[in-house]
Amino acid sequence: MSIFGFHYQLERKAIGLVLGIVLVSSIGGLVEIAPLFTIHQTVEDAKDMRLYTPLELAGRNIYIREGCYACHSQMIRTLRDEVDRYGPYSLAVESKYDHPMLWGSKRTGPDLARIGEKYSDQWQVAHLINPRDVVPVSIMPAYDWLLSTDLRTDDLSAHLKAQRAVGVPYTDEMIANAALDAYGQANPDSPRAEGVTKRYGKATTVRPFDGLPGRLTEMDAMVAYLQVLGRLTDAARKPVAQAGAVQ
Amino acid sequence: MAVEERDNHTGYLTTGHEWNGIKELNTPVPRAVYFFLTIAVAFSIGYWILMPAWPLGVTYTRGLLGIDQRNVVAQSLKEAAADRNVWTAKIQSESYAALLADPKMMAIVREVGRPLFGDNCAACHGRDATGGPGFPNLTTTSFLWGGKPDDIFNTIRVGINSAHKDTHVSQMPAFGRDAMLPRGDVLKAATYVYSLSNPGAKNLDPATVAAGKKIFADNCVACHGDNAKGNPELGAPDLTDRFWIYGGSLDAIDTSVWGGRQGHMPSWEGRLSELDRKILTLYLLDKRTQTP
Ligand code: HEC
Ligand code: HEC
Ligand code: HEC
Repeated sequence: MSIFGFHYQLERKAIGLVLGIVLVSSIGGLVEIAPLFTIHQTVEDAKDMRLYTPLELAGRNIYIREGCYACHSQMIRTLRDEVDRYGPYSLAVESKYDHPMLWGSKRTGPDLARIGEKYSDQWQVAHLINPRDVVPVSIMPAYDWLLSTDLRTDDLSAHLKAQRAVGVPYTDEMIANAALDAYGQANPDSPRAEGVTKRYGKATTVRPFDGLPGRLTEMDAMVAYLQVLGRLTDAARKPVAQAGAVQ
Repeated sequence: MAVEERDNHTGYLTTGHEWNGIKELNTPVPRAVYFFLTIAVAFSIGYWILMPAWPLGVTYTRGLLGIDQRNVVAQSLKEAAADRNVWTAKIQSESYAALLADPKMMAIVREVGRPLFGDNCAACHGRDATGGPGFPNLTTTSFLWGGKPDDIFNTIRVGINSAHKDTHVSQMPAFGRDAMLPRGDVLKAATYVYSLSNPGAKNLDPATVAAGKKIFADNCVACHGDNAKGNPELGAPDLTDRFWIYGGSLDAIDTSVWGGRQGHMPSWEGRLSELDRKILTLYLLDKRTQTP
């Protein structure tokens, strides 16, 4: 067969064959993934997109540490039933600063992409201490130690730096103040609170998330993170409203 | 292939490779594979033309069909809304009284309201809206912020101690912790409150109850009313009935008076459409009629 003629030649040259295999197997990636970096529509523009504060980032790390992503996705797909239940579908820009992303694919519990401010802090704390106290039939594990464990803040600057290394635009000032900002965000009455909204924007929530002002616990970080999910930008609410879809 | 050599046994050409006398046959690729390969290639060419497919620098080929999953979902939501329009229009336009009296509409409200309540409200108010510690029972006639349809609709819209600009503000002061009353007086007031819903309780000291009544008159009636029947303007609960948000034991009441209470219910204006909120209001009004 003549179309195999070239192949017969190639098979006889080991290096050539290896290069050929590499070339052919990378076509998929080159055609499907690489162009996404240049196509403008891949990641939507969202001018109002905020950064995770150090406290929220710490909560995100606890979310990863505790494996919450094994049961919860953070990705509302473009399907009618998902939009009906959870709200506007997720946009790429919403995970722009998620390193690594936590979209997940397993839903033992509900999707959490729009959980921010859906429930009160009190509910979130009660639910994490023991889910069955508020949802009697829940099968979610209890995470009561979050409330009794003080949050580690000495490494927060390093976490921000690491995020900056992969493209999140944290400023030097944010990095230098990371630990203090984490404390300030959970203690609205402390002198540190002001710096948080100054650096991260007015829309940042400054509250005693775990109900224990004066103490900075892992619960503060976890709840601060949950309450910001889906609220870093309003971009996702716009296209749906335009389509007149909500009704 | 240096030499063309045919295998006598099978009639196929060999590749010319030989291992210990065993020769490798050059078996041709079966026709069926070419057949399916051709179909697959033809299909992909059609697909490339019709659907979004090829990257072109900063953009991509849109395809002749102009399909975009985001439009697809917007369209299907629109169609769903149109399908439901048969009854949603009626819910939107008719009064609460008319709807509550219409068994056909209420059957729909029950069917649609249940998952709506389950997805948004059940986490706090419970699957059957009967509440739990810290979250009020919504199936009773004892409402904090008024039980008229418009009151309930408004509560759902603005929330309680929420981030909404018109939010209801519910502030039960911390009489003990903030040193507004001495420890003993807190307990006396709590004992009096306890006696209101437990008129037959025998283990209460009448003198304590009487002292509590006086403390209540001086400190609590401004919000809870002269008869402790509550005030829907302030979200102050009726303290004489059997429905408690935080518990009706003497201990729980004492804790409420000592540490204060500030229940938080989020506003649903941004999350749920007006129609959804009206359905939920009807759903709760309906639940209320079913509770003795
Ligand atoms: C074993 C699986 C599992 C794990 C692990 C898990 N969850 Fe859940 N989660 C559930 C289930 C099931 C529900 C639904 C029942 C309920 O509300 O408790 C739920 C509900 C929730 C809800 C309420 C969602 C809603 O819309 O009502 C939140 C918030 C939540 N989980 C957060 C977390 C966090 C944070 C973690 C990690 C610390 C976590 N979950 C770990 C299974 C899990
Ligand atoms: C985060 C928990 C939470 C969720 C979710 C929640 N609520 Fe509430 N709701 C509360 C709390 C707490 C109160 C009582 C506030 C207080 O103590 O003053 C309340 C009060 C109410 C009231 C006022 C009751 C009265 O006596 O006047 C209504 C009505 C109500 N909720 C309806 C709803 C509906 C409908 C939903 C779903 C769309 C919902 N709630 C979801 C926590 C919640
Ligand atoms: C500023 C108004 C105000 C004053 C004064 C006030 N209360 Fe309250 N009280 C409230 C409100 C509002 C609530 C509901 C809190 C909530 O659930 O968010 C409440 C709740 C309570 C509860 C809990 C009810 C339940 O269902 O669990 C008790 C008990 C109570 N008050 C007792 C008292 C007593 C005793 C006094 C006087 C010492 C008092 N209150 C003074 C506003 C007030």
